Amino acid sequence: MSEININMTVNGQKIEASADPRTLLIHFLREDQNLTGPHIGCDTSHCGACTVDMNGMSVKACTVFVGQANGADIVTIEGIAQADGTLHALQEAFRQHHGLQCGFCTPGMITRAYRLLQENPSPTEEEIRYGISGNLCRCTGYQNIVKAIQVAAEELSVKEAAE
Amino acid sequence: MIPGSFEYHRPSSLADAVGLLSSLGDDALLVAGGHSLIPMMKFRMAVPEHLVDLQDVKSLKSISLDSGQISLGAMVTQAEIILSDELHVACPILREVSYQIADPQIRNLGTIGGNVANGDPGNDMPAIMQVLDATYILTGPDGEREIAAREFYESAFFTARQDNEILTTIRFAAPAAGHGSSYVKQKRKIGDYATAAAAVIVTMSGDTCASASIGLTNVADTPLWAENAASLLVGSSLDGETIKAAADAAKAITDPADDGRGPKDYRTHIAGIMVQRAIANAVDRAK
Repeated sequence: MSEININMTVNGQKIEASADPRTLLIHFLREDQNLTGPHIGCDTSHCGACTVDMNGMSVKACTVFVGQANGADIVTIEGIAQADGTLHALQEAFRQHHGLQCGFCTPGMITRAYRLLQENPSPTEEEIRYGISGNLCRCTGYQNIVKAIQVAAEELSVKEAAE
Repeated sequence: MIPGSFEYHRPSSLADAVGLLSSLGDDALLVAGGHSLIPMMKFRMAVPEHLVDLQDVKSLKSISLDSGQISLGAMVTQAEIILSDELHVACPILREVSYQIADPQIRNLGTIGGNVANGDPGNDMPAIMQVLDATYILTGPDGEREIAAREFYESAFFTARQDNEILTTIRFAAPAAGHGSSYVKQKRKIGDYATAAAAVIVTMSGDTCASASIGLTNVADTPLWAENAASLLVGSSLDGETIKAAADAAKAITDPADDGRGPKDYRTHIAGIMVQRAIANAVDRAK
């Protein structure tokens, strides 16, 4: 089967590559681009560990072919902190409020929450729980994840008001 | 899991997409959002040699409302349906059902065309389209044809669509002003298919039911339009006995599978409960 040419923007960088069409976006990011932050959990679009941002939407990269993402603007967990290493408010809040235990779901969880807070900057607890319903965590019971997202939402709105 | 090998095509017009399907024949499949097809390809339950991706066919992305007629392009996503306030005002059951499909990430890619055309009895939109008496527009090498949603489904994953046709548009009249509607779905968890689900649309004339339409999801190998159940409601005051009789009539046409969602008798029982709850919600919302 013939390879296809891939052009996309990943974490602000334009990339060009060629790939077998059956390559899934998650494999392309992890193996070709060496971005191993997004994880492969269930590989069946249930768990959300592979969540990345594609053209301003959260998607599950295990269920997208690389060709479908051709031309897209992708953000992974690696693109969420500032270039100087300063953590995003969500990353800082997950750290401060123990929003993770084993950490496997965390990149997907934060990448999803990153988009959720742009769609809805001050969500209620119920809206947060519904907004992350496509991301499974088997350790925390979600309590501290929800708390971390609430704290980050407040932090971001204070920051925005100050700007 | 890595799917089998295929050639990838991304046509930018409907004519090119139809042309590709005709020239590639049985070895080609269409991909819309991919959230049914890609898992099937991982399991080798689908092994296409060619995939024709419809994402660049812009004519399939439109939502239009024109003098009471609603027209949805096949590539409109569940997320776009949720976001359309205009659609919500004209036909609120569409947002209600979309919120009950899968999860936020999947709704960003999952399309209404894929949901209705795939023929999976677990999909939620087909019963809604039967309740609305929608028409599907199919485009093939010989042009367009129309088929009613109520005639489209033959058995699980078998529909009236030919392999060389593309389901391009879903069209229906907006329900009458003042109607009430509801979609009630029992599922084991967010993202699951229904154990049983029911869609109801009613219009009222004072305390009397003037019209009713009822549909059922995932309790047979096709979606079900429960014509007899709905006819029992029309002309009644929707008293408890009538609603119970309608639920029994709906249960009578179900034939669910025994599976992880429960034994057959249980799923039939739940179908009856879903019908009763959806009727109650729809009547509450009717003016």
